[in-house]
Amino acid sequence: MRAPSERDAAAGEVLLSVEKVSLAFGGVKALTEVSFDIRRKEIRAIIGPNGAGKTSMLNVINGFYHPQQGRITFRGQTRARMRPHEAARGGIARTFQNVALFKGMTALDNIMAGRSLKMHSGFLWQLLRYGPAMAEEVQHRRRVEEIIDFLEIAHIRKVQVGRLPYGLQKRVELGRALAMEPDLLLLDEPMAGMNLEEKEDMSRFIIDVNNQFGTTIALIEHDMGVVMDLSDRVVVLDYGRKIADGTPDAVKSDQAVIDAYLGVAH
Amino acid sequence: MGRRGGSLVRSPRAGKEGGRNLANIATVQPDTFPKLLIRNAETFGGRPAIRHKDLGIWQSWTWAQVLDEVRALSVGLAALGLKRGDKLAIIGHNRPRLYWAMAAGQALGAVPVPLYVDSVAEEMAYVLDHAEATIAVVEDQEQVDKVLSLSDRLPKLSLIIYDETRGLRDYDHGRLKSISGVQAIGREQLAKDAAAPQRWQASVDAGKGEDLAIILYTSGTTGRPKGVMLTQENVLVSARNGNTFDNLTEKEEVIAYLPLAWVGDHIFSYAQSYVAGFCVNCPESPETVVEDRREIGTTYAFAPPRIYENLLTLTMVRMEDASALKRRLFHYFIAVARRWGEKILNHEPVPLHARLFYRLGEVLVYGPLKNRFGLSRIRVGYTAGEAIGPEIFRFYRALGINLKQLYGQTEASVYITAQPDAEIHAETVGKPNIDVDIKIAESGEVLFRSPGVFAGYYKDPDKTAEVKTPDGWVRTGDAGFLDPKTGHLKIIDRAKDVGRLNDGTLFAPKYIENKLKFYPNIKEAVALGDKRDFACVMLNIDLVAVGSWAERNNVVYGSYQELAGHPLVYDMIAGHVEEVNRSLAEEGVMAGAQIRRFLILHKELDADDGELTRTMKVRRGLIGERYAALVQALYDGSQAADIATQVTFEDGRKGTIAARVKIRGMTAVAAAPAAMEQAA
Repeated sequence: MRAPSERDAAAGEVLLSVEKVSLAFGGVKALTEVSFDIRRKEIRAIIGPNGAGKTSMLNVINGFYHPQQGRITFRGQTRARMRPHEAARGGIARTFQNVALFKGMTALDNIMAGRSLKMHSGFLWQLLRYGPAMAEEVQHRRRVEEIIDFLEIAHIRKVQVGRLPYGLQKRVELGRALAMEPDLLLLDEPMAGMNLEEKEDMSRFIIDVNNQFGTTIALIEHDMGVVMDLSDRVVVLDYGRKIADGTPDAVKSDQAVIDAYLGVAH
Repeated sequence: MGRRGGSLVRSPRAGKEGGRNLANIATVQPDTFPKLLIRNAETFGGRPAIRHKDLGIWQSWTWAQVLDEVRALSVGLAALGLKRGDKLAIIGHNRPRLYWAMAAGQALGAVPVPLYVDSVAEEMAYVLDHAEATIAVVEDQEQVDKVLSLSDRLPKLSLIIYDETRGLRDYDHGRLKSISGVQAIGREQLAKDAAAPQRWQASVDAGKGEDLAIILYTSGTTGRPKGVMLTQENVLVSARNGNTFDNLTEKEEVIAYLPLAWVGDHIFSYAQSYVAGFCVNCPESPETVVEDRREIGTTYAFAPPRIYENLLTLTMVRMEDASALKRRLFHYFIAVARRWGEKILNHEPVPLHARLFYRLGEVLVYGPLKNRFGLSRIRVGYTAGEAIGPEIFRFYRALGINLKQLYGQTEASVYITAQPDAEIHAETVGKPNIDVDIKIAESGEVLFRSPGVFAGYYKDPDKTAEVKTPDGWVRTGDAGFLDPKTGHLKIIDRAKDVGRLNDGTLFAPKYIENKLKFYPNIKEAVALGDKRDFACVMLNIDLVAVGSWAERNNVVYGSYQELAGHPLVYDMIAGHVEEVNRSLAEEGVMAGAQIRRFLILHKELDADDGELTRTMKVRRGLIGERYAALVQALYDGSQAADIATQVTFEDGRKGTIAARVKIRGMTAVAAAPAAMEQAA
């Protein structure tokens, strides 16, 4: 499917590392001393049974949740807590398990919204659509059109996203995340609820994003086939703890993982 | 070849249309595509030649720019080894660079071979191998992958050139190049080597009208695809005649969205554009065609019937969701249009109030509707490929859209017959096009002779000889006749399905069946008559349509079988059959094949029982055997017959249905001359 040699050479430098992160909601421990890292240009999967703490982990990474213990280092900067807008400014974009788009807006406007962090002209100028604001909008629109072309959604450019089928909404959401030109892209179950063909399409887009733009991707996915095909490395969570970490092949044959998925007495 | 002596081709109507546009001032027309391109760059230099919607914006190239692009590509291809006589495969959707690749190849004397984008690997391998393509120009990664996967079976194919770079960065570029890369090679040569432009010009000048212009593989329903070879002269004279027939000028706008490998696209989006100098618009993606067409406002359009059907269905469905007021307006004015629209379009006299109402409808309904379809500016629209339902055809014409029918073939460079403006008869395919001769063989098969007649099937002289007679006539494989009243051609059936009654009358089962199936109450029809004394039909009623009719007419029934056998249903269907007989009677050659007896089958013909194919075509042979008892009864004069047939239920169980089927006799309507007197 792809040429691994070139990618492996590019990967290496650690983009983000999570050290001994623990997160609890009252007495419920969502994450317990989880540590792993994400390297530049890799596709990193986070898997685990229901309630393993996968989405919590993503929420910690982009600042939705603040862990009680542990450190997160992103691009060399270590901090205990981060706010979502700081994460976005810092180059982390994400999509959500349940599509979170502006349903009443067109696909184009939704993706344009992803550019808002990159806009520099003042609010008033933008309102007037005049002078530097116009030039800026044209430039951003060009970038957005490239994304539309890339994701093959030209035919729905001007359609309200609320009227789109689920698979296409997911694609628009990916588009909005890409519009931010992130260093790290977090995908929360990008293929949930899709049929086989939609899954194949989405897989191709994820690989292309990784390949063309060099975007580092961390994704949560339930479909094991997809995970094993797509990702370079996999981290496995169970009951909020990391139970395995490694290449898809290594993880697949790990006894702890097999037990977690098939279930053993605890 | 050489049938036409290889003389310089003269525009047959050049004198008559003097001064209409610059293209026709010259009496001697360029005889190859590359020469036309150079002429267009001189004559229409600043006019747009081709557009492509990319990143949401229509990018356009003038004729002068296209010449520049094609020359660069062409010189680049030559540098990579493409030479006279080589085959250049082209695989992709309608994109400017793929059209340029055709012209670039032709400038070197190479022959483009466009392939269907969606053909499976197996079929693609066959065509690439059979055509002996040395270079393939493809659209994107998908096609690159497909061709690469076949490469071990294609020893002659040495290079793949792609348009869209996406996803191809990590590929081994030993046998892979981008179009822009090839153009860069060409540009470098043109800049560096002072003799290079002249060399290219000399290669263009060496091209002749009798050179092979293109090989188009026809997707045969049976057997392997055949490569139809068309010469420059075939394609260009046909295109020129087509332009003259419809008065097409450099001001037309068309949208190119049909497969490159299909002769229709080759003529409409390539040849006719080069000849007339009009602009071709390539849509953003196959899904955006309707929207793109609307933005461009095409003046000349071409589509198979299903496209028109889909547009209409979509409209009707949307109207059902519209507000009550809008719905009533729509239905009222559509009724007005159905009544007067066609007459107005055909310049027939209509009363003043009809004109006024039609105008009002244009403002309120037809205009906005045509805008939705992207057909506001349409001057000429064609439908071809298969028969279009008369209802659908009339609907578009009623709105004031000049939709016409055309009958053509790859072997004819498209044009055999077409309907001239204001001479439209829904059931015919029009008159022979300019320079086309038509004759009807003894068997009823249509033969034609024209400047567009193909050179032959590539590497298949036997097949060529089967189709092409020594004196230049081509067998179409279709049976038809010239309508005595209008002189227009009617296509009735595939020639091999056409039979004869015992008295020698032509019997075309599908023609009769289609006429019957035009009635909503009749779902299926099977016509019998080959080697018989007269024609009979076995019918299926449409349960939905007849069921609702039964409700309105207080006909009580408990089952399909009971409804099918009901005397009142028989009466109603007999009315339809009589109407069909009347219309057959008006058609000279078909008059003798009127339906003399019919019956309504006690069960629906079903694909599960093998009576229909999966695409819902009747299997005449099998039905003849299974219902042998009924067929016998139809011809021995009995009033009813008993039949028991095995049926397969949805869950796979088998059962038997037994019934007594009644037979109804019909009297034949007097033949055409009498009918005409009556009308007069």
